[in-house]
Amino acid sequence: MMFVVTMAAVLISLALATFRALAGPNVFDRVLAGNFVGTLAILFLAVLGFLNGRPEFLDVGLVYAFLNITGTYAVLKFFRYGALGGEAPPREQEETREGVSGVHK
Amino acid sequence: MSALADLLSWILLGAGSFFLVVGAIGLVRMPDVFTRMHATSVSETLGVGFILGGLMIQGGFTLVTFKLVCLFVLLFLTAPVASHAIARAAMADGVEPILDGPEIDARDGDDLPPLGFTKKVTTAIDASDAEASASVIVEDETVNTGEKR
Repeated sequence: MMFVVTMAAVLISLALATFRALAGPNVFDRVLAGNFVGTLAILFLAVLGFLNGRPEFLDVGLVYAFLNITGTYAVLKFFRYGALGGEAPPREQEETREGVSGVHK
Repeated sequence: MSALADLLSWILLGAGSFFLVVGAIGLVRMPDVFTRMHATSVSETLGVGFILGGLMIQGGFTLVTFKLVCLFVLLFLTAPVASHAIARAAMADGVEPILDGPEIDARDGDDLPPLGFTKKVTTAIDASDAEASASVIVEDETVNTGEKR
């Protein structure tokens, strides 16, 4: 059955993305891999429903898609500004700002 | 479900699996966050599109297919936005993209965009000669010599 092959591809991609999320040199690699893991979770849910003959989990996939983009933006905003709410500290200048990635000159 | 629809669905699922694994391998093997983003964009557009397309053919004209269409549209809209946000955050944080060629400090003390956008290329248009109309004159010669701007 072709769904098994697709599920195997999703699981292989999940393993590779997990490796990159654990081994990523800076935070943006991890965020990118986490976003990709979220996309793979949606695909996993969709293919799993067809594999079991009960494709009823697609609503969960829709919720995961919204949570994925929202979570990515939240993490990026947190690492950019240091806070998520209205009490963000004032931004420092761009030249003297210490980044989070650790790859500065 | 006719055999032709099954065959088309399996072709789409196979192609989607291929692009998904290719993008994941690129995510591991690429040297830079921007090139890794380029690799995952392949998975998030082609892989997701083909796999959800194959599932749509398997679903038929039901509510399941409508949900799959919603999922496809949502992923197709949000994945490039997330990639753009990650790229913009990485650039603002100071992650240097690996540029091909000699070592050039692209962010050297000014607010200009990185090198690659500053090369001045002027196209000479000569109406009398058709062959000369396609000739390209590079005005800024210091671009190719590896010196700073």
